[in-house]
This record gives sequence, C-alpha cells and structure tokens, in this order.
Amino acid sequence: MAAHGATATQHKEPMSNGMLGFILFIASEVMFFGGLFAAYFIARADSRQWPPTDALEQMKAAGTAAQSVELKLEVALPLIATCILVLSSFTVQWAVMQIQKGNRTGLIWGLFISIALGVTFLTMQMYDYSQLTFSSGDTVWATAFYTLTGFHGAHVAGGAIFMSVCLVRAMGGQFSAEHHEAVEAASFYWHFVDVVWIALFTTLYIVG
Amino acid sequence: MASVAVPKQGGYSRPLILEWITTVDHKKLGILYLYTSLFFFAVGGVLALLVRTQLAVADNNFVDNHAYNQIFTMHASAMLFLFIIPIWAGFGNYLVPLQIGALDMAFPRINALSFWLFPPAGIIMFAGFLVKDGAAQAGWTAYSPLAKTLGTGMDLWIIAVAILGVSSTIGAANFLVTMFRMRAPGMTMFRMPIFCWTMLVTSVLQLLATPVLASALTMLFIDRNFGGNFFDPNGGGNAVLWQNVFWFYSHPAVYIMILPGMGIVSEILPVFSRKPLFGYKAFIFATMGIGGLGFSVWAHHMFTTGAVLKPWFGFMTFLIGIPTGVKMFNWLGTLWRGQISFEAPMLFALGFISMFLIGGINGAFSAAVPVDFALHDTYFVVAHIHYVLFGGSVFAVFGGLYYWFPKIWGRKLNERLGQIHFALMFIGFNLAFFPMHLLGLDGMPRRIATYNDFNNWQALNMLSTGGAFLISLSMIPFIAAVVMAFMRPKDQPNDPWDANTLEWATTSPPPVHNFDEIPEIHSERPLFDLRHGTNPGH
Repeated sequence: MAAHGATATQHKEPMSNGMLGFILFIASEVMFFGGLFAAYFIARADSRQWPPTDALEQMKAAGTAAQSVELKLEVALPLIATCILVLSSFTVQWAVMQIQKGNRTGLIWGLFISIALGVTFLTMQMYDYSQLTFSSGDTVWATAFYTLTGFHGAHVAGGAIFMSVCLVRAMGGQFSAEHHEAVEAASFYWHFVDVVWIALFTTLYIVG
Repeated sequence: MASVAVPKQGGYSRPLILEWITTVDHKKLGILYLYTSLFFFAVGGVLALLVRTQLAVADNNFVDNHAYNQIFTMHASAMLFLFIIPIWAGFGNYLVPLQIGALDMAFPRINALSFWLFPPAGIIMFAGFLVKDGAAQAGWTAYSPLAKTLGTGMDLWIIAVAILGVSSTIGAANFLVTMFRMRAPGMTMFRMPIFCWTMLVTSVLQLLATPVLASALTMLFIDRNFGGNFFDPNGGGNAVLWQNVFWFYSHPAVYIMILPGMGIVSEILPVFSRKPLFGYKAFIFATMGIGGLGFSVWAHHMFTTGAVLKPWFGFMTFLIGIPTGVKMFNWLGTLWRGQISFEAPMLFALGFISMFLIGGINGAFSAAVPVDFALHDTYFVVAHIHYVLFGGSVFAVFGGLYYWFPKIWGRKLNERLGQIHFALMFIGFNLAFFPMHLLGLDGMPRRIATYNDFNNWQALNMLSTGGAFLISLSMIPFIAAVVMAFMRPKDQPNDPWDANTLEWATTSPPPVHNFDEIPEIHSERPLFDLRHGTNPGH
C-alpha cells in the first residue's frame, strides 16, 4: 500500500501534537457523517418502500410534490466520478511520498493533480444534480440524498482548499523531507473524504 | 519551591482589555469561561424564577403560554449549553495544564477560538427574544414535528447550539492532546489527578457525541428551511428519528455535565478528609465505564414511543448504576475514618454526594420500563434532572469555586459566608425540587404553563417556588464573599489547604509560565509526597 512510506518514517519519532489533534478532529467528522448515515438507515428501515414511492404518490396527490418527480438515480456518471476521487487519493499519497524523499517538484505536481481531480469530481456532482428530477423536499429519501451528498461535496471542497493552501506553501518552498506535516494532514483529510464517498456511493447507488 | 517574584513578561504593556481579548493563556481563557458561564447561570436563574413565579399558584396568568414556552426552553438551554458544559471547560482550562505540570494547553490559539465561539453563540440564542414569535419554544430537546413549526427563534437556537458544539468539539480535542502529550516528567497517565481523568473521559464523550448532535441540528435546519422531510411523516420521514439522533448526543451529554463535577468532588474530599482518594484506579475505570455505557442508553428517554428495544435499554441503564455505585464507595471510603473538616468546599462536596445519590436513585426508578411509562413527562423527571444537575453539578461548581478561588485569584472566600451560602442553597434546593417528586408521582405533567389546584398541587408548587427564591437568596452571601475577597490583597500562600495536586505547587495566582519549578512526581499526590516524603509503597 501507498501508506507504507509514511508509517516507516513515523516509526522514528512519535506523532506530533498537531497530527494527533488533527486525527481527533477527523474522528469527530466520522461521527458527524455517522449521524447522517444512521438517519438514512433509520428512515430506510421505517419505510415500506425504498425509495419511498408510496410517500411520493401521496405527496403528488396532495399537491406538495410535482408530477414530474421520479425518485431515480443514474449510476454511470457517479461511477466515473467515484473512480476520479479514488484516483486522487493515490495521487495525493504519491505527493506525500515525494516530499518524504525531498522531491519538491513531485509534491507540487502531486498536489496540483489531486486538486484538479477533486474539482473535476465536484463539477461532475453539480452536473449530476442538475439532471435529477427530484428536489430536497420530495420525500425523506431525496432530503437524505441531498444532505449526505451535499455535505460530502462541501468536505471535498474543504479538502481541495486545504490542498491548495499546501500547494501555495509548497511553491514557496516551505516543505522539506523533514517538515511537511500540513501535507500529511491534508492527505489524511483527503483519504477520509474519499472513504466517506465510497460508503456513500455504495449506500445510495448500489444498495439503494 | 516556587519563588514569589515573577519576571515581567515582555518589554511592553498592553491595555488590559486588549490583553484579555487577545490572550491565548489557558488561565486567562479559563477565567473568561468561568465569568461568561456564571453570567449565563444568572440569566438562566432569572428565567427559572419566572417559571416558578408563574407556577406558584394554580390558574396563574403572570406570563401567557407563549411566553412561558420561551422561558422554560431558554432556561434549560442556557443552563445546559451556556452554563454547565462551558463552566467545566473553564475549570478544565485553568486546572488541567497546572495539574499535569504543563506550560499551557497543547493548542493555545485553538483554545482561544473555543472560548470566543461561546459568547456569540449565547448572544445568538438569546437574540431569539427579539425576533417575531420570540425565542425557541420546543424545550431544550427541540422535538420534531413541533420544532419544525416554530418561528425564527428556533433557527437562532439551532445555529447557537451548533456553534457551541463546534466550540466544545475542538476544545475536547485540545484537552485530549494536552493530557496525552503535555504531562510533566513522572506524571504517568495513572498519576494524573482525578479531575484530569474526568475531563479526559468527558472530552472523549464530547469529541464523539457532539458531532452527532451537529448532524441532528443540520437535519432539523434542513427540515425547517429547505423543505426537508427527515422528521416529517408527510414526506415519508419519521419524528422519532429526531429523538434517536438527539439522545444519542444528549444522553452522553448528561455525563459530560456531571463527570467533571465528580472529578472536582474527588479532589476536594481527600484534602478535607486528610486521606488519599479511596480506590483511585477503581474511580478511573468507573469513569470510563460510565462514559462507555453512556453511548448505549440513549433510548431510555424514548420508552413511551414504543419504537425502541425496551429490555435492552432498560438493562443498560441499570448497568450504569454499577460504576456510579463504585464512585459512591470511593467517596464514602475516602471519608471513612478521615480527619474531616467542614470548610465550604467540603460542605459543597458533601452536598453533591448526598444529593447526587438521590438523583441517581430516582433515575434508576425511571430506568424500569413500566415505572417510566407512569413517570414519563411528569414533574418526577424534572426532579430527577435537577437532583443530578443542580444537586450534583451546581454543588460541584460552587465547591470548586470555593476550593480553587485562592489559587485562581490569590484570595480566600470568607468561610462564614460560604457556610451560610451552602446552608441556604442546600435547604432551598431541597425545598424547590423534592416536592416535584410528589407532583410527578401524582401525575402533574412537565412543561405546562399552568394547572388546576388538584390534590393540593398548589401547596407543593408554592413550596417549590419558595425553595427557588431561597436558592436565589443564597447567591447574596456568595456574591458578598466574592466582593469582600476582591477588596483584600492577594495574600494566599501556594497551598492554603495542604492539598495534593500540582496546581498547589506554584504561586497563587500562578505566573504566566505556570511553574518556576516542578516537584518530582512519584504518585498521584506529588504535593503530599513533598510534605511527607515519598512513600515507596505507591
């Protein structure tokens, strides 16, 4: 695995306070998404149908949902987006490995490519949103879909900003083989965002 | 030992106000936390008096239903989110670095951020009173679908609680890294003072539970403002879902509100019994046990929904009685054959033990599912929460203030006034909240703006109201003691109580850098060792 290089160097000295604090922060983020996922599964378990087309029909009859609404997701585009996001996890790890060897140019390119892939993912997600027929009010299923993917998207944006800050600092020559903690923290965050997406994609698009 | 002379920091001085606004010193931030949360304690107390005035007599119309709902909601929200939870951060900020022999918290600037998120959140929450339809009115539990139907005050409440959640989550990460990484040489994990251990377990709970509250608040906000259906059965949602995510946070949160209080009491008892804490490690494992079990009992708040696995949650709730009982024996064992003296901190600690015991037992009653069905949403539950959070936490807060006042401000609070304060508060507390047991058993529902004079309910309510005003009266000797203390010079020695833990090894108040010299640490009582020599048996 790509992480071997990182663990090998960390064996020499214990993790810094900053890194420990950052991992605790990620743990709290895991719990945040845990709450949203739990809500999704509780709503799913409580519905006779999933997606809840029966609730949608009632809303249509009551006039609270438009007749054109369909609770349907296309898998093809999100699948490509998933591949792109997973790929970006590898590129950011490659960037970390480069700076561990002292290769600043490699770090800059690795970060640049990862940011570009992240932005591509977000663009595809926005396009995907524009193609959907349902809005956030059309049953709990739609609310959960937009909340989960929306908050994930916000985290992708946050991670991309974090990596961009690292990129600017990298171009200013602030990182070296010994000092590149911010880059490692950004990569941890990016992996976390990636793992959340894999869980989301599996839950929303495959399990359904 | 530490010398009294403190080197002047830096070559320049700043205006005092700028110094306090920009400080990243854990001691100053701790004091800011204490002042701000005590301010909200006063605000919440005034709201409580309004509630009790309205309920003093039957069929009262001192305030109308609409105002009453705002008042009781904001009373609870202020007391829980703006007083008890942040005041532990205040004690923790001031004491944890001193008790483990550190210079400061691990992340001083994040520490300042944690604090400065807190006052604006309080202002946002109370700004609800200024908007149309008033402040939040759904109780501190904000149950849906009611919470979905209310006005803008509810949104302000959601935003405020979310900001406070961020504040306590990053604060918790800060405490954890501080205790894992910043301990002085010799200060192993199992030599950390009990207060630090309770802050550690509290921080774990905050770190892992508060984000779930954030997710619940997010969903409520989306339901209210973006047409969401999480909690709305009309769109296939589920109102009980809110209760699940809310209590997943809020049950651990009641341990967040009590564990540091237990820690404070466990610091005070050994000092005023002149004995070590009985069963130091047992206490730590009991604290961990309470923290761990705390995540598996949330649905005991939801028995009457019928939508939860009642035997499991009832059983797990009873289990919490075991580690809590262990602590009772820690405290009683510490007192046993000790040379007990009854200074004000000790009085409040003893008040804590006796009142928390009642709060624990009447809590265990309601853990039994059939009993809970009878008591749910009655005044019995109000009695329970106040015996735990007032009889427990608030007594611990004042015990801690009397105990550490000489360290924090270099002056001692008047002993006589402290005793009067305790006596009035103890009597007032029991007058205010014991009758609520009887009212609850008689079926009086909570959260109602008024009631009929049925079965002498008015007499019991009048008693309760009298108790509430007696509690507020008890603040007069406390405030007098504080004012008198501040009129005196800073005359307190390093260790006025012959205490055990490291914060007493430095001057009162400590210098900016905390310690000139840290004594050697061979046990969980480094100052006792310093006075009496190291006991190799430890």
